[in-house]
Amino acid sequence: MSASSESILEAFPLTIRDWLASVVPLDWLQWLILSLIGIVAILTVFGLTFAFTTVTERKLLGRFQNRLGPNRVRIFGIRVFGFFQPFADAVKALTKEDIVPAAADKVLHFLAPCAMVAFSLLGFAVLPFGKHLSLLSNIDAALLYFFAAGAASELAIFMAGWSSNNKFSLISSMRALAQLISYELPLLLVAVPAVLMAGSLSLTGIVVNQGGDLGILNWNVFTPWGFAGFIIFFIAALAECNRCPFDLPEGESEIIAGYLTEYSGFKYALFFMGEYFGMMSLSGLGVTLFLGGWQAPCAALAFIPSYLWFYAKLIVMILCFIWMRATLLRLRMDQLMRLSWKFLVPLALVNLGTVTFWKYTADWEGGMLVARWLIAIALVILPFISLGKVLSSGLGPRKYRYA
Amino acid sequence: MTTFPIITLLIIAVITLGITAVALFLKNIIHCSILLAVSWVGIAAFYLWAGAEFVAFAQVLVYVGAVSMVVLFAVLLTQRKQLDLEKLTGTVGFRELGKLAAAMVATVLVIAIATTPLTGSFDAINEPVITVRDIGIQLRDNHIGALLIVGVLLTVALLGAVVVASAEPKTEE
Repeated sequence: MSASSESILEAFPLTIRDWLASVVPLDWLQWLILSLIGIVAILTVFGLTFAFTTVTERKLLGRFQNRLGPNRVRIFGIRVFGFFQPFADAVKALTKEDIVPAAADKVLHFLAPCAMVAFSLLGFAVLPFGKHLSLLSNIDAALLYFFAAGAASELAIFMAGWSSNNKFSLISSMRALAQLISYELPLLLVAVPAVLMAGSLSLTGIVVNQGGDLGILNWNVFTPWGFAGFIIFFIAALAECNRCPFDLPEGESEIIAGYLTEYSGFKYALFFMGEYFGMMSLSGLGVTLFLGGWQAPCAALAFIPSYLWFYAKLIVMILCFIWMRATLLRLRMDQLMRLSWKFLVPLALVNLGTVTFWKYTADWEGGMLVARWLIAIALVILPFISLGKVLSSGLGPRKYRYA
Repeated sequence: MTTFPIITLLIIAVITLGITAVALFLKNIIHCSILLAVSWVGIAAFYLWAGAEFVAFAQVLVYVGAVSMVVLFAVLLTQRKQLDLEKLTGTVGFRELGKLAAAMVATVLVIAIATTPLTGSFDAINEPVITVRDIGIQLRDNHIGALLIVGVLLTVALLGAVVVASAEPKTEE
């Protein structure tokens, strides 16, 4: 961790930023430029990530479904397996006609996609991307800020659904509201254990707490409560991003893409952008809370800059999101609600107890250490099994009747 | 923690009050509720100005995230009958009741503002740096009674809501 060779690469983005800012003499202009560079960096990195996530998703879905996926787009005769697709998509989205229904609420119809993108970008401000890379690293209550920023995107979806003046859109936005509120609760509850262990609401503090001599074993996900928390977090994050299997608000086969029905052209693309930004920032939060943030898995690999580790973990999370989409079927509305309120929320509450036990037994050693692990694992597994038994009793096995 | 000048507070106050005023006078009730959510953001901005980060973020999380949803649900689920407002609110009793309620609220507000000691100048607030940890310790040590009472109260409200929601009318057989 203290190797001097890493420090050049580690501080590389900061060096560039400071050099750019030092060009101007005025103090307030310097402040402006420093802020702008941070914003531009985030927009560029995550904008490009968004572009290539879309094409990766399409290609992977293609492979999952035993077809090729997009592979035609070429620029200057170069065809990199169709990876120029997002640029063609962007041109298409920009040049398409923007249709606004006659009966729509024009102002809200216009504001909804903008609000969606704006709110989903806010979360990036507090994520610690690297050891020295975070826009608002000095915020004491960074985690709270993150959830507060994310809370407003529900409003954007509602605005879109209602202003379209379309029954399907309205149904979809009602679904979205119910879903987002239900899954915000487990999401918040499983973030608490990480805060409890780090003793800080600051995301940087939570990452630092996961460092140490053990490397990868220090990450929260490799503790019983952290593992359970990470699974719950992942499920809740899927639901918060309206990703399959929780894409009921969109549900193209039942409510014809829901709140997106009346959108076209670039506004439609903006919704997708917002959704992917939301997915990325939630993945970033997951990486920060459970996967050790920017920490390298072991000291020998610490020569790779911390922001690259963060980015690699982020990509893995996003690939898991895509994998889930290709694998699982959409839930029904009542199943969705039952999963959150009767299963995830109680388990997240039990997880709070587990982490309290873990925190107060931090000094157990030898045989007691084994006992600590066993008790904690039992605290995670027993509620899971018993709750699952209770909830699934009387539901199966399903009888198939053929016509 | 950086301090912001009084002019920032004035700007925040004017914007928030302006949005609230527009929300009051708009005809479309959905527009009103969305603007209401925006005005809550304004109040959160005031908390940020005062250096209370925690309260500000909690304000956004609870009000903009959750309460606005409740408001929107309530608006959408209410029957949209064309009410004859003049007939409904035009009766003498209704008007007198409204005046009485307004007068009571005004009295409470005036008393609260008048009795609050406004000492010191705004520009040079020597604010103590309060971290979230301090707030937690304060709640645990000095205000544990209040915290527990609020918790019990909210639990009772939640249980009440469950009871109300689960009371399905039984069909006679």
